[in-house]
Amino acid sequence: MEANRTPLYQVHRSLGARMIEFGGWQMPVHYTGILAEHRAVRAQVGLFDLSHMGEIEIAGPRAYAVCQELFVTDIARIRIMQAQYSVMCYADGGIVDDVIIYRLAEERYLVCVNAANRATDYGWMAEHNRGRADLIDRSDEYALVAIQGPQAQAILSQLTSHDLSAIRRYWATQGEVAGVPTLVARTGYTGEDGFELFVPAERAERVWQACGAVGRASNIVPVGLGARDTLRLEAGYLLYGNDIDTRTTPLEAGLQRLVHFEAGSFVGSEALRKQQTDGIEKQLVGIKMEGAGIPRHGYTIWSGDQEVGVVTSGTQSPMLGVGIALGYVPPSCADSGTPLAVAIRNRYIPAVVVKPPFYRRSK
Amino acid sequence: MEAPKELRYSQEHEWVLVEEENLATIGITDYAQDQLGDVVFVELPEPDAQLTQDEPFGVVESVKAVSDIYAPVSGTVKEVNTELLNTPETINEDPYGDAWLVQVEMNDPEELDALMTAEEYERFVEEEQEDADE
Repeated sequence: MEANRTPLYQVHRSLGARMIEFGGWQMPVHYTGILAEHRAVRAQVGLFDLSHMGEIEIAGPRAYAVCQELFVTDIARIRIMQAQYSVMCYADGGIVDDVIIYRLAEERYLVCVNAANRATDYGWMAEHNRGRADLIDRSDEYALVAIQGPQAQAILSQLTSHDLSAIRRYWATQGEVAGVPTLVARTGYTGEDGFELFVPAERAERVWQACGAVGRASNIVPVGLGARDTLRLEAGYLLYGNDIDTRTTPLEAGLQRLVHFEAGSFVGSEALRKQQTDGIEKQLVGIKMEGAGIPRHGYTIWSGDQEVGVVTSGTQSPMLGVGIALGYVPPSCADSGTPLAVAIRNRYIPAVVVKPPFYRRSK
Repeated sequence: MEAPKELRYSQEHEWVLVEEENLATIGITDYAQDQLGDVVFVELPEPDAQLTQDEPFGVVESVKAVSDIYAPVSGTVKEVNTELLNTPETINEDPYGDAWLVQVEMNDPEELDALMTAEEYERFVEEEQEDADE
């Protein structure tokens, strides 16, 4: 099957991007190079095409009740035009997907989901909706352009009359960007300040080009999925399919803060409550290498001569210049400062447990 | 893509330069570094290590991927470019120059006959790219 193309596919080709297939989509992995793009986002600003992400709307008089059932987070806490990171679980507590819920109105939610999970998520939502709310897959209607980095607000403010400084982190507003109606959200996956712009698919190129033109003075660069991955890992964000999946629960993944048992039952609440009482057997931790070597997905983690876990994401941190990873270990090995080792090509390279994020932007 | 005429090339994208009779300098090609992207880590053998043609003898890692480096010829490692351990990005910047990996005393110079000329290598890469585009 031919991979999907985003509305910006031709733009990427003309920028000389190297394309890869990701989650069923042809996406840019890098334009000039992962490191340069990574550093540009940390130092100035970068522009991302995230149109492969899915957007599913849940609306109508029963939307609130449906969302309370689907997500582990208390929906009542999400104010109108606020954004909330959350997960959907299976009955056994395993994770269906991690999402951002944008509450657009009292009974209208836009759920941004991972590209590869779009069909699964929609099916899962429909199964639990049981016809109560309007469930609409709007993924093809929306393109998603992200502008991330310390210069993001300065650039974007030249393209909109809206006061961007009034939008706090994890809040959004409906406005116009370069004359295009846009859901402007102060969200991102990089650890930097920035915005995600949900725009009509057919107007995506206009918004992209406008950001590029206005950003030229700030040396804005297009950023591919390669740097998106290193940026999110430095910031300690999880990647579905690597760090979380159907065999991990939010409690194991360190997402307890998202799980609000007090809001009533949701899919998976019984299993998670039981797990909270019984205790978890594995826990997601940050790992920083103390010797030379790059931890990678699937490498084993050792405590003394015991294999205790496995790396789920790893890279060489472009900002820190050392190997960093996320991985699961037993709670007995999960305290910050615990010495561990990662097996890299049959050698045991010393490492230590640290609390993510690995890199924090200066305020 | 650049492929200097004086070198010989392997299908695994290593180059060999023979200046003295039995002494071969080995590196990875411009095409290889371009495919890898930003190189951030290199693992090389110690002096006196024995290399066997077509067997892995080291590792280069880019941000995204781990790749074995295969020996284009068999022999004994005489010199190792330890500078690369601290500046792996040299492999992207100067793959045919400062980023040589090791110098090897060859066991059997006739092994060179199995390698490609620059022209053959360029054609080989073109075919590989066409396959990738399909």
